[in-house]
Amino acid sequence: MRKQLMKGNEAIVKSAILAGCRAFYGYPITPASEIAEAAALYMPQTGGVYVQAESEVASINMLYGAASAGVRAMTASSGPGISLMQEGISYMAGAELPCVIADIMRGGPGLGNIGAEQGDYHQVVKGGGHGNYRTIVLAPHSVQEMADLTSLAFDLADRYRNPVVVLADGFIGQMMEPVEFPQAATAPHLPPWAVAGTAASRRNLITSLELDFDRMEKLQLKLEAKYKAAAERETRAEEWQTADADIVLVGYGIMGRILKAVTTEARAAGLKVGVLRPITLYPFPEAALQRLAKTARLFAVVEMSNGQMVEDVKLALNGSRPVEFYSRVGGNVPSQAEVLKFVYELARREGLAKGAARPVAEEERMAHV
Amino acid sequence: MSNETVQDYVVAHGRAKSFYERFERKDELQHQTHFCPGCGHGTVHKMLARVIDELGIQDRTILVGPVGCGVFTYYYFDVGNISAAHGRAPAVATAVKRSRPGSIVIGYQGDGDLSAIGSAEILHAANRGEHVSLIFINNAVYSMTGGQAAPTTLLGQKTTTTPFGRSAANEGYPMHVCELLATLDAPVYIERVGLGDNRQAMQASRAIRRAIENQVNGLGFSLIEVLAPCPTIWKKTPVEAQRWVRDEMEKVYPLGVYCDRTKARMEAGLTQPAVAPTLDQLPGILGVAEADLPEGNAAALVADKPVDLQVRVAGFGGQGVLLLGEVLAEAGLDAGLDVSWLPSYGPEMRSGTSNCHVRLSRKPIDSPLVAAPNLLVAMNEPSLRKFDRAVRDGGWVIYDGDEFPADCVREGLHTFAAPFTRIADELGNKRAANMVMLGSLLEIASVLPEASVAAALHRMVKNPRWMELDERAIARGRELYRASLKEMVSA
Repeated sequence: MRKQLMKGNEAIVKSAILAGCRAFYGYPITPASEIAEAAALYMPQTGGVYVQAESEVASINMLYGAASAGVRAMTASSGPGISLMQEGISYMAGAELPCVIADIMRGGPGLGNIGAEQGDYHQVVKGGGHGNYRTIVLAPHSVQEMADLTSLAFDLADRYRNPVVVLADGFIGQMMEPVEFPQAATAPHLPPWAVAGTAASRRNLITSLELDFDRMEKLQLKLEAKYKAAAERETRAEEWQTADADIVLVGYGIMGRILKAVTTEARAAGLKVGVLRPITLYPFPEAALQRLAKTARLFAVVEMSNGQMVEDVKLALNGSRPVEFYSRVGGNVPSQAEVLKFVYELARREGLAKGAARPVAEEERMAHV
Repeated sequence: MSNETVQDYVVAHGRAKSFYERFERKDELQHQTHFCPGCGHGTVHKMLARVIDELGIQDRTILVGPVGCGVFTYYYFDVGNISAAHGRAPAVATAVKRSRPGSIVIGYQGDGDLSAIGSAEILHAANRGEHVSLIFINNAVYSMTGGQAAPTTLLGQKTTTTPFGRSAANEGYPMHVCELLATLDAPVYIERVGLGDNRQAMQASRAIRRAIENQVNGLGFSLIEVLAPCPTIWKKTPVEAQRWVRDEMEKVYPLGVYCDRTKARMEAGLTQPAVAPTLDQLPGILGVAEADLPEGNAAALVADKPVDLQVRVAGFGGQGVLLLGEVLAEAGLDAGLDVSWLPSYGPEMRSGTSNCHVRLSRKPIDSPLVAAPNLLVAMNEPSLRKFDRAVRDGGWVIYDGDEFPADCVREGLHTFAAPFTRIADELGNKRAANMVMLGSLLEIASVLPEASVAAALHRMVKNPRWMELDERAIARGRELYRASLKEMVSA
């Protein structure tokens, strides 16, 4: 199959349309704007709707409307915009509405900067809106996965009637890699619960309001059951050279790619290192971690955040193995060389390595721009 | 004076068909609404249901309900029901109507909902001219939450959050929604009506019908503001409350039509929606149909020669840094290699620095980040000094300058410096310097088939004038490097 070179942000839109998405509501923000731009270009040509909303608050509520009407719909933003969407995400989870949200993470709290960071993990994976709900979160590490996981996101959103977030960082959104798409497009279908302005759907109701305490409790237990089912069926992770690994590196998105490069270099130097890359951040691949804990000596989590996913790794391992953490933030990326140095230090401490890692040139501890 | 009894009156208006027979979604008292006696909501609900009946649109109607006393529209209306978050009904209605243009979408909002928390959503839905009808109940307070002040609260009016009466100094002035929205170009019909007496109510009913009819006729945005009594919060009897609407509210909120473009829009005619393509046309439209993708020149790649190019290209914005990298990556893909291209991205400004990471490899590429390149293209001196020390031993630096700076020379570093910008200028445009440098890079790396480079250039450069120049520039860059080799041999 012939592949073509494409940006991650563009691949998301093309994959979404092939997956039957016919509505995009969004608001521009670096580094996610190419998604809105591609949607503005392709949605009108493919029988879909594109509207640039007045705010991310409006975008997510437009998604609420489109989803209520039974249309596969998506939006895209970055941290500051996702913060504004949290109200609507909570409403959609409460009203059991499917949608796909792409979060192309940028740097820092507040206005921060436009460098790549992974600081949205908590607000996206733990649910930044109010109430008892979860979002299913998929974390691509390549342009091909931007396409594939977007398609999967629409299926999961429909299957569980719940918002699904494609959580990527600025690198995955902005970079170009070869990608291929399915040649058969999915036909839009009308779910039986939707309010579509037809005789058949007239008695349908979309709401997250339930005044009765018992019925509200029942609804929340139903949501919990859905999340449990998703955890059983949908959890995904990539394991790379973990079978005999003493040290298992854990990272998602672009970090997963860097950790593979670190592993190659470490293995060449005789260190038994492997990578566990969560593909679903919620549900989190707890079982895979627990299985690896039987063979690995220790786990090292590397993130472009101040330590957010590492909490889930610790919860999953529940003290059974040491969990170490390394990170760079602010738009900086832990480079291959500095992660390798970190891994060497751990290996020496554990008596697994004697020598030292190759020295890290200051230029290699690079800021991205 | 009269001997008539109740039984003698003919019931002129029975229950509208668009109301449920019994309000089963309600927990108790399913034969009556939750509205207080004398509340304006009940009256407007009845008017709305009757209009839905009269226009024969019950199956097509989708009601987008608010937060506030109007939240339970779905208890009563036997139509499609969606309840929106506080203030967001216009955004929700926008998307419902856009995706289901055959439906009749009616938004129903109170004054806290619409004029305070949802002020952005209503303004922009109106400004986009969304084809929806909005009923706006203005009773000058937040009723459901127990009588707090709204943007529509009258000056001097006491509420639980304006215990001394609304003061202009602290809370500003009553907000005139119809007047505000009427300044926009898109809305078709905006009218303020009241429920202050029967004459006003009759007009309210007509206006609501008009707003819905406009949508049935395919016209755009209509909004009806209804001044409605709230006896409970106002602490008045229903009759007193009705009188207060007429005597006090109407003074601040004059009734009347604020915008009517019905005739002009009717005459302008309706636009026909575009016909959606068939599913099998989608890959072609999206440019991802396999049949449309080029074959590539993988066969021309030198077999067995290991390829692991880790390139960093750096220069000023506008020098074509990213394009150089893209052509290189495209050519690599065309030759059947795994490739990646990663730009430094920033605020979309010119004249900052710019760089990109490019990798070409026979093996799957792990990290697309190139921290330690084996090939650096430095299009100016600051870029050289930023990245040269990271270049791996045995790696190359291609530098745009007459001479490679002496203090950057180190053992194990191969360098090739030439005045690329000047050479490009001689070729016809100094902006082709990036392609001259690419030519030298290709010659140094000597892995990519020329056919792949040509194919990549054709895909990336659409302007024939630039195409011609870029081809010459790449050829010149190759020559430059070959000539330097000859010089070295003869020296």
